Amino acid sequence: MSERTVKQTIARRVARHRGAVAGFAVVVLLLLAAVLAPLLAPFDPGAQALDSGLSGPSRSHWLGQDRLGRDLLSRLIHGARVSVAVGLGTVSLSLAIGLLVGSAAGFFAGKVDHLFMRLADILLAFPGILLAIAITSVLGPSLRNVLIALSALGWVGYARLIRGQILKIREMEFVQSARAVGTPPARLLRVHILPNAISPVIVEATFGIARAIVAEAGLSFLGLGVAPPTPSWGAMISEGRHFLFVAPHLTTVPGLAIMITVMAFNFLGDGLRDAMDVREGAH
Amino acid sequence: MRRYLFSRLRQMVPVVLGVVTVVFLLIHLIPGDPVEIMLGESALAAQKEELRRELRLDRPLAVQYGDFLLGMAKGDLGTSFRSREPVLREILRRVPATLLLSAASMTVALCIAFPLGIVSAMRQHTFLDHLCGFLAMLGLSMPNFWLGPLLILIFSIGLGLFPVSGYGTAGHLVLPAVTMGTGMAAILMRMLRSQLLEEIRQDYVRAASARGLSRRAAVVRHALANSLIPVLTVMGLQVGALLSGSIITETIFSWPGVGRLTIQAIDARDYPLVQGCILFIALCTVAVNLLTDLLYSRLDPRIRYE
Repeated sequence: MSERTVKQTIARRVARHRGAVAGFAVVVLLLLAAVLAPLLAPFDPGAQALDSGLSGPSRSHWLGQDRLGRDLLSRLIHGARVSVAVGLGTVSLSLAIGLLVGSAAGFFAGKVDHLFMRLADILLAFPGILLAIAITSVLGPSLRNVLIALSALGWVGYARLIRGQILKIREMEFVQSARAVGTPPARLLRVHILPNAISPVIVEATFGIARAIVAEAGLSFLGLGVAPPTPSWGAMISEGRHFLFVAPHLTTVPGLAIMITVMAFNFLGDGLRDAMDVREGAH
Repeated sequence: MRRYLFSRLRQMVPVVLGVVTVVFLLIHLIPGDPVEIMLGESALAAQKEELRRELRLDRPLAVQYGDFLLGMAKGDLGTSFRSREPVLREILRRVPATLLLSAASMTVALCIAFPLGIVSAMRQHTFLDHLCGFLAMLGLSMPNFWLGPLLILIFSIGLGLFPVSGYGTAGHLVLPAVTMGTGMAAILMRMLRSQLLEEIRQDYVRAASARGLSRRAAVVRHALANSLIPVLTVMGLQVGALLSGSIITETIFSWPGVGRLTIQAIDARDYPLVQGCILFIALCTVAVNLLTDLLYSRLDPRIRYE
């Protein structure tokens, strides 16, 4: 099958997956909100109106106002920027490191591989966002530090995945043939192995964006994420939960935004995984 | 089995050493002068000097590292510079609360995952299966820091069934346990479903049905037992996630466990205590993973001989 036909087949299968289509639509909306935030947001997300703090939804403020009278909708739209930046930034950085380390470990095997596996074991001993909490607690809250903290562990998963794929593919006949006719190692990796190893990585990256968005929101909830007053969904929940009795919308609205975003990426990832599964096509 | 145990323990040594090293380096990652950051700019020079000496930051890095390892070997994780108490004692005081919450969360997760996972696998491609799949996706997509306040809103503020936060009675335990258990339930349910679906297609299940066993009995008595081993592994791996998740959940519900202690230490910039808490959670994770491995090899002897 030519590359174009493969891509078309995958696109067709994704288009048939209702969850993936819905997920994709939400992801597009999220990206649009992030890019066009200054145009879409009805108010400046930092503009305070203390006399109308904690007001509920109204005609001028569709989702209400927070403690300082800031427009919740505007903060939600601007918060999407942080989520998208962290989601894409963390996955890009983690992928870049993971691709490099995983390729080296899988391709050269032996000591390089052994060293990588031990390093992975050490980093994986820090469960969930523990390492990110540890790093941001000493580096301080900022977008850059969140990216560093989440990528510090994030790359391991991709590296292990790529390593596993390479170990499998390098033994396949078409790679052995290319090696037999004298293809240099770098070309072998770049042209023959990596393109065939990339499908599960794309799927994992889709889930990875969701994980990074939740992790950033979690860090911001703990006061270790993006520094205020930059609007972040996690920090909005954290601020809002002190007013659950009088203004529950301050917590529920950003929480819903996170949940819908994460579900969208998860559904899209599920759809991509089903669509790229070669075995499924064979049945 | 003993040989396997020793080989696994030997493999653990570099991991534990690596974890300790990462945590040791943490305090050296602080940009600028860690002592000044801990005490604030207004601290007197003498105070700074005293803390620097106490944290042994005035010595060469290699010596500090050696001291840290030696202290670790003796169970000395340093002294909290706010409370002046040994870090290990502070942590151990909080362990029972975290253990209780983790056990309750695991129970909640199992109570949700097993019935839904079994029903979902037995009724594959039906409305029930799709519903369970959607619920699992919902569970996976709801972060603790949102689910917690949401449960408080509904069950504490709205219905008045459980206390908003605190510790001491069974009622205090319900909401934090549900908050932490929901995500894990979703993971376990998906895992159990896919394992059961694989087992249900095996010949021995068909043979059990051919002997006259009802489908439910064949699945529950035979297929389920064989599906449990991978599920058990996932459960073991999730314990680490539970411990790390407890940092957020305990903060929401003011639960006096290790997770809340970690955040209190971070807020107070009590870095010896932060180091101790992070190290404690990481080493617990390593220990639980090892136990899971050993249990796995006990249940499935093929693992030991690989």
